[in-house]
Amino acid sequence: MKQSVTDPLNNTVDDPTKPAELVLGDHNFTTLTEKVSDIVLERKTPRAWYIALAFFAGLTGILFLMIGYLFITGVGVWGLNNPVGWGWAIVNFVFWVGIGHAGTLISAILFLLRQKWRTSINRFAEAMTIFAVICAGIFPGIHVGRVWVVYWLFPLPNYQAMWPNFRSPLLWDVFAVGTYATVSLLFWYTGMVPDLATLRDRAKGRLQQIIYGALALGWRGSHRHWHRYEKAYLLLAGLATPLVLSVHSVVSFDFATSQLPGWHTTIFPPYFVAGAVFSGFAMVGTLLIPARQWFGLKDIITLHHLENMNKIILATGSMVGFAYATEFFIAWYGGNPYESFAFVNRAFGPYAWAYWIMVSCNVITPQLFWSKKIRTNIPIMWIMYIFVNIGMWFERFVITVTSLSRDFLPSSWAYYKPTTIDILTFLGSFGLFFTLVLLFIRFMPMIAMAEVKTVMPIADAHGGERRSVGDYHGDIPRHVRDQGKGGDA
Amino acid sequence: MATTNGTLYGLIIEFDDAPTLVEAVTKCRDHGFTKWDVHTPFPIHGMDDAMGIRGTRLPFLVLGGGLTGLGLATLMQWWMNAVDYPFQISGKPLFGLPANIPIMFELTVLLSAFAVFFGMWGLNGMPKLYHPLFNNARFRRATQDRFFIVVEAVDPKFELESTRAFLAGLGGSEVEEVNESSED
Repeated sequence: MKQSVTDPLNNTVDDPTKPAELVLGDHNFTTLTEKVSDIVLERKTPRAWYIALAFFAGLTGILFLMIGYLFITGVGVWGLNNPVGWGWAIVNFVFWVGIGHAGTLISAILFLLRQKWRTSINRFAEAMTIFAVICAGIFPGIHVGRVWVVYWLFPLPNYQAMWPNFRSPLLWDVFAVGTYATVSLLFWYTGMVPDLATLRDRAKGRLQQIIYGALALGWRGSHRHWHRYEKAYLLLAGLATPLVLSVHSVVSFDFATSQLPGWHTTIFPPYFVAGAVFSGFAMVGTLLIPARQWFGLKDIITLHHLENMNKIILATGSMVGFAYATEFFIAWYGGNPYESFAFVNRAFGPYAWAYWIMVSCNVITPQLFWSKKIRTNIPIMWIMYIFVNIGMWFERFVITVTSLSRDFLPSSWAYYKPTTIDILTFLGSFGLFFTLVLLFIRFMPMIAMAEVKTVMPIADAHGGERRSVGDYHGDIPRHVRDQGKGGDA
Repeated sequence: MATTNGTLYGLIIEFDDAPTLVEAVTKCRDHGFTKWDVHTPFPIHGMDDAMGIRGTRLPFLVLGGGLTGLGLATLMQWWMNAVDYPFQISGKPLFGLPANIPIMFELTVLLSAFAVFFGMWGLNGMPKLYHPLFNNARFRRATQDRFFIVVEAVDPKFELESTRAFLAGLGGSEVEEVNESSED
């Protein structure tokens, strides 16, 4: 990618006299609507989509096979042993919940901060949040051992007349993740209703009209509705903001409220949240770059958007690196021999390989984003996202496994190794995640059309530049345009 | 498109840019219509004032939802762990605020979010899968790229010919009639 002012798709050149354009090319409301809704309604589904769907659906099948095997056999099929009672299942749970955080950060926090660039990517990121939380929810659910009494997690009346223990952080987790999944879903769907109405109004097939019509709830763009809708959106953003910060804090309580060296630290909540946002943005980027490429959305999801995401990755990645350093400092400064052993053991013990993978991926990689050349180079940033994804999975592995495998008493130490079942279950969860992402980009509006329209210069109701192009009739619909006739529909 | 059979729902006029629309909307407001609306593909900044819409009571519903969630979480945790099924664990008190705050917070947010979601759609009268405006072919662009003003026939100031003339003077497209039910 060249850094030249003449490149029409490069809006990362800083010009202090005006804000960066968020939609490139001579887009108006008509062309933007066509471009986004055509992906769902008009364009032939690319063969690559079918191939990818077949592959990931197959992986999802493996996930369910593994879960089935686990259910009929027991958690002994995993590599858990006596001190390490939390293995990959918990690592994967924390990993997937963390991934989800980027969506809510983009949709809620950046909304409250009036970051207009979020409009191009928020729908996609919110969808990713929901799919990641689905993947996350599976793992603790199948880890409980006796899955047939998994409803004991919820305060439901049961034959033993007992209630769950609300003083346990594991139960806080049930409520935190459950609330998070529900609120994210409501937020996502609320944001999508106006766009589903657009699809309803553009759909030609009867079935599409019925399905999108039902999903759109009868939305017709009434301003009296928009008025309440915008208030509702603001309220949901205000509710989701403390919620997203609380979710990974509560997840970190699972560790922090225990007595185990390496877990029993007050830094965990902010450190987990920063790591979650860090990993989430990397996953959004991992998916967004191929999507904008394959669906020709480079003028809507611009380089400027990606650069901004990279800046957030740089910021949160630095926080994560700083947290690693702080943990070590406190382990030494605190003077607790068990605590300092836990950290020396992380870096130089039997799991040193995992620790150094984590450090190189999470501490070194994001620092490269100080360079604008790297920050705006698409192939390089995509590779960096992969590194961050790997690094953040290893972070959870290091935290979970190293502390458990060597705690206070050397006689109870043991080395933990995953089994093939562990590995296939984790790979299978990627299958489920990508299957859901593929279905989403094929059947749902992947760009928040109504929101992007509000940040286009022509949306300004108080004059300004009325048209970005000279031709006043640039917004006649395609079927009229194609006939070569002017005039209105 | 303009037909005269069937019950009249109202008159509709189309605009193709936001600034013209806002001027026209201001005139409609000053004309004193009450049963009228503006339909746009996205929320237009400043339209609340132009239409003269007052604030919504949605935030109060949400406050109610949040307080219900908070109260429910407090009562539930106290009753279940300290009254109905008390048991000691790690020497923790049966009901102590610090350990019970996370779930109080979560249920406050959850019930507030339900209040936002169901409250907003409820106040908007949705789901409403049939609406007379869907009979108008042009109106499909209200969710895409065009702007509409609709004055309903039930408006006290509505009088077919004079309202039609008033709307025609606003600088939009031709004024069309919309019927309550589809004629085909």
